[in-house]
Amino acid sequence: MIADIANYISTHSAQLGTQITAHIGISLFALIVAVVIGVPCGYFASKSAKSEALVTAPFEILRVVPSLAVLILLIPIMGTGVKPAVTALTILAIPPVLLNTSVGFRSIPEFMVESARGIGMTEREMLFKVRIPGALPMMLAGIRTALVEIVASTTLAAKIGGGGLGEIIFTGLGLNRTDMLVLGGLLVAALSLLSGVVFDVITRRLLRYKYV
Amino acid sequence: MSVIQYENVCKKFAGSSKYAVDHVSAEIESGEFITILGSSGCGKTTLLKLTNRLYDPDDGKIIVEGVDIKTVDPVELRRRLGYVIQQVGLFPHMTIKENITVIPSLMKWDKRRMDERADELLKLVGLEPAEFRDRYPHQLSGGQQQRIGLARALVLDPDIMLLDEPFGAIDAITRLNLQNELLRIQGSLGKTILFVTHDINEAFKMGNRVMVMNEGRLLQFDTPREIVQNPADAFVKSLIDSARTQEKFWEGAL
Repeated sequence: MIADIANYISTHSAQLGTQITAHIGISLFALIVAVVIGVPCGYFASKSAKSEALVTAPFEILRVVPSLAVLILLIPIMGTGVKPAVTALTILAIPPVLLNTSVGFRSIPEFMVESARGIGMTEREMLFKVRIPGALPMMLAGIRTALVEIVASTTLAAKIGGGGLGEIIFTGLGLNRTDMLVLGGLLVAALSLLSGVVFDVITRRLLRYKYV
Repeated sequence: MSVIQYENVCKKFAGSSKYAVDHVSAEIESGEFITILGSSGCGKTTLLKLTNRLYDPDDGKIIVEGVDIKTVDPVELRRRLGYVIQQVGLFPHMTIKENITVIPSLMKWDKRRMDERADELLKLVGLEPAEFRDRYPHQLSGGQQQRIGLARALVLDPDIMLLDEPFGAIDAITRLNLQNELLRIQGSLGKTILFVTHDINEAFKMGNRVMVMNEGRLLQFDTPREIVQNPADAFVKSLIDSARTQEKFWEGAL
């Protein structure tokens, strides 16, 4: 078994490299899109109960639909390939980013904002100097959740021709090859763990003040 | 010349039938240390926040340094009035130096000038610059944080300081030290200070004149001695009596 896996790695190393790169590429792209949409929406949601209901409701509904179902449903609209895969992953990833961003902005104590205003900051200066840095820890926690979910779920992208490590697993399933299944599974797990660790390192740098 | 004038200032909050600040008129001279005394909900904090336009009055006007503040940009006004609150509100993600110089950095002071100003202020509030300038707020005690709050409020060298129960959450011994330091700072810099407190001992110790407030109204505004000798009404008298009773308790205990 281990010999089979080693053999597969040595004969398919170029292909594995492409698949890992594709997996990371799709994941990162979906994450970036989710952040670009989720963070502003989360900020808007934090403004009032009404705006929160307005923004979160559609994503909450979409999140209930399983990713695989979203993928299949997107085929008639977007065809196959990377585009529907990234779309489905983004839908999956937006809620944790959005909700945590909203909670992050709400968690800033009123007195902090008031003292910032009282010493003479404009609303715009407060946004960049006080509110965003204050919301950042929660925001990053949400992005981390999204990242780990995306890396695991990108596996499904192969189902509709999106590429990535899912190709090994789905091919392994088709050929009933345990070595491919184990290798694919291990690689996805390792990538998922690694992405979490890398993200934690970045977080620690961004939030250095918390660790002194 | 009076540096702050309140003329029939009124403030009512939405949904409340009573005035938070009820027709308050007073004049404050330059260099005075004014304490505003009253129990919670009496309007003392509201009066302070009307002074730097965190609130705007429903009626009446407030004149600061000869100008009706209604006509002044709130941000510009606030940068001329130092402001400190009980919870301090230091920014957790900034070092002590960055906290002190946050407004100067927005005003694009050069780095050297900011460094010098931060060190100067740290010394003024009794903290060793080399030890404290690069720390973060959560590494400081409550009393030290309040000193930084004071330094931050002093950074643009305002002539007037508004302090809202700055020592309210600080233990008795540290509070005594901070009170004495504040009196020393005020004595050496000649600032005009408005200091809100609910502690009658603090109010009478710190203020050269005391504003006694209840239910939005300014009941008496006079020197501590005059207030003790001639309380304006039953409420002021009861306030003084309660302080006296406390004192008796200490004498009895010894």
